[in-house]
Amino acid sequence: MKKVSKFWLFLILAVLIYGIGQGLIQTGILNAFYSNMLILMIINIILAVSLHLVIGITGQFSIGHAGFLAVGAYVSAIITMKFELPFVLAIIIGGIVAALAGLLVGIPTLRLRGDYLAIATLGFGEIIRIVFLNIEYVGGAAGMMVSNMTTWTSAFVCLVITILVISNFTNSRHGRACIAIRENEIAADAMGINTTFYKVAAFAIGSFFAGIAGGLFSHNFYIIQPTNFGFLKSFDILIFVVLGGLGSMSGSVIAAILLTIISTYLQQYPETRMIIYSIVLVVVMLYRPQGLMGTREITDFFGKKKSVKGGN
Amino acid sequence: MGALLQVKNAGIQFGGLKAVSGFNMELNQGELVGLIGPNGAGKTTSFNLLTGVYVPTEGDILFDGKRLNGLAPYQVTRNGISRTFQNIRLFSELSVLDNVKVAYHSLAKHSILSSIFRLPSHFSEEKVMEEKSLEFLKIFQLDRYKDEKAKNLPYGQQRRLEIARALAASPKLLLLDEPAAGMNPQETHELMELIAFIRKQFDLTILLIEHDMALVMGICERIYVLDHGQLIAAGTPDEIRNHPKVIEAYLGEEVSSDNA
Repeated sequence: MKKVSKFWLFLILAVLIYGIGQGLIQTGILNAFYSNMLILMIINIILAVSLHLVIGITGQFSIGHAGFLAVGAYVSAIITMKFELPFVLAIIIGGIVAALAGLLVGIPTLRLRGDYLAIATLGFGEIIRIVFLNIEYVGGAAGMMVSNMTTWTSAFVCLVITILVISNFTNSRHGRACIAIRENEIAADAMGINTTFYKVAAFAIGSFFAGIAGGLFSHNFYIIQPTNFGFLKSFDILIFVVLGGLGSMSGSVIAAILLTIISTYLQQYPETRMIIYSIVLVVVMLYRPQGLMGTREITDFFGKKKSVKGGN
Repeated sequence: MGALLQVKNAGIQFGGLKAVSGFNMELNQGELVGLIGPNGAGKTTSFNLLTGVYVPTEGDILFDGKRLNGLAPYQVTRNGISRTFQNIRLFSELSVLDNVKVAYHSLAKHSILSSIFRLPSHFSEEKVMEEKSLEFLKIFQLDRYKDEKAKNLPYGQQRRLEIARALAASPKLLLLDEPAAGMNPQETHELMELIAFIRKQFDLTILLIEHDMALVMGICERIYVLDHGQLIAAGTPDEIRNHPKVIEAYLGEEVSSDNA
């Protein structure tokens, strides 16, 4: 009963935000610059939430997320531009191919832990970028022309689905298994959890949504180039997750929103942009090393009174 | 043939070091057996052999008629061997209730898709998991802490929670690695009662590693003694107490038998 009402609350809120956004864009109150920022924000949130599943929930430190973004972006662009199939199909196929790439990378690399996994995934991200750089079919270094198809509506629908799927996954025995792996892999194994399976599953689901974000990303600009998907992009996504608080989905959403706004506004001051952006990060990490939300979720603040503390 | 667990000549070698070798053990259904030995004797290593953390380089491990060599730890657990750890390994950021729920993981069958789409099987199975886990917490008198994070529990309660979690995986054989470590005499006494209780309640076979001799001698029916990776003695507590090799391992050589 309580779970169901939470779901409807989320849906009502989503429809409300969608309506406001759509209204502002339709009436022209937000010009093209700002509506583009909103779509970029959504793409960033999807990326942040998908990486949150891998790093925040399962505890696997992957820093090659832009690689899956690139796979989704290029595959969906090929489907709309070369095969001239519908955009919806392109996004879905982009996600699926990215998930397959996730499986391909995850099965060998997820045996590694900590720093080793980070380096392996970083390497993977670079390999993907260089592969696209050398494929003439997708334009090589010059990039690939893509028509603009991403709208506020399509992006928002993808976002809602992403959040629903990932939060449903997290709040189930499967999500608990992933958190158990994050907390103590040896104990999780001893409790009968197939740790490899869950690490790979979380990785593949995360890659799937990164691929979805890629589809939205490539159809939001008129051109995609391999340089869009360098390791700096991976770090951008990583920063959303770490800044929001490892293990907090709402934290990564909030961080993605804030940082998108900050970096968009700072575009007016290109000379100081990276400096200010970096200072923001340094300050947050100094004064709130656990991230904006720690491991809490935004819903914790509402349901707090109900849970009775032990020791009475 | 009635033996639940049969370990035949098992051993493991790390490079040139034979950590455990020629380890033989037989546990019958319902027994409570102790495994003792000086520090570094290979007790925890042999637990790791039994639970699949290490793959034995020699010998065989048969459980309930099934060969366990080479199975991953999670498969061993699903076959009915569950354990606790010498250094507590709880899921510290998860709530006490969720810690136990994790152990129920492999007993539930709903798939990832069923959870993502919130199909009826998700709700029914999650409900069963919740109810059963709460029952367990009640048995261990931990239910009032259920929403507390595991890391916030007092030390003794953390040990109890670890045993509760191991039991929730519904094992036939429970391995306890120094359950009384760091406990005061009062807590140790409560723990002894708890172990005796769960053994009866859940019809368990228990193998425990312990340094607290009062506890081992008090509740174990049989005892195995390891030293330098070798089994040096096996028998009832009285036999072990007077066994010359055991005394030698613990106190050094040249101890006349009348001192024992």
